[in-house]
Amino acid sequence: MAVETPGEGLPERQAVHWRPIVDEHRLNRTAALWTATTTAHVVPFIGAGALLFAVQPLALPVTLASFAHAWVIPELYAHRGANVVKPKRSKAPAGAERASIGLLGDLVGHEARDLHARTGLVLERGELGVWLVGPAGALLVRPGGRRVHCYCVRVNDPDLPSGDRIAHLLLALRSDERGFATVANLAFSGARWRVRRRVDASVRPAVGNPGSRDGPAVEGPCRSGGGIERGATA
Amino acid sequence: MSRLIRMDHTGHTTLAEWTPDDPQTVDAAVRAFRAELDQGYFGMVSTGEGQAEQVRELPLDAELVIMRLPISGG
Repeated sequence: MAVETPGEGLPERQAVHWRPIVDEHRLNRTAALWTATTTAHVVPFIGAGALLFAVQPLALPVTLASFAHAWVIPELYAHRGANVVKPKRSKAPAGAERASIGLLGDLVGHEARDLHARTGLVLERGELGVWLVGPAGALLVRPGGRRVHCYCVRVNDPDLPSGDRIAHLLLALRSDERGFATVANLAFSGARWRVRRRVDASVRPAVGNPGSRDGPAVEGPCRSGGGIERGATA
Repeated sequence: MSRLIRMDHTGHTTLAEWTPDDPQTVDAAVRAFRAELDQGYFGMVSTGEGQAEQVRELPLDAELVIMRLPISGG
């Protein structure tokens, strides 16, 4: 478990002082809890459907409805997670948008700048995994690339241009990654393929295709301390 | 020339520019920085690739200081 000195890290953490700091251990625990919850939703519906069909084959429609429930419930959770990076129309004037994206471009490298131009998300390598940061939320792709944690997090001014909203989150993330994950609200934790199916088509290339060499390197290296190292498989 | 900027509704606004060997520009920048802190902004400086640090005093040797607003879970 991480030990934090009071007063260190993001000042916003004081607003959620009751939350334990998010670290590797807590992320793994959260992932296990989400998997267990999903299993608890899916297995009874599959079991009940199969049992019903075995007892009375004429009940096939009910069995299919039960299987549909087993499929839909995890999809709804994934949809909720995907919504944290759902593109929204900016209320800011075009000039402000351009200025904010120019500043954001100064803060990130070529890879992240290119990805933002294509998808609206900025890729940032952290110690916990690879982050995809949008104006009102962020996805954390864990090392290995199989699991995604979806966080709802934003700057408290919805009228800011989108580039500034991302830059706010990016600077906070860079100054205290674990604090950032602590302040943010977890919307979903689950398989990347499930989130990828539910995100907007414009955002999908950022989430990447597991096993594909196309798109961003969300399965690539994570930052460790001051350097970059290859992430371990989750 | 170092710059103090604030991310706001215009994209960003340059609040002050200074050079460490010019006391007048430094004083103006420090005043502007403190005024933003009083408004609830946080001062941020980049400290390397993918890293940033919150500052409570204006770092005179920094090339760029960015003022940001607090974030919260949505």
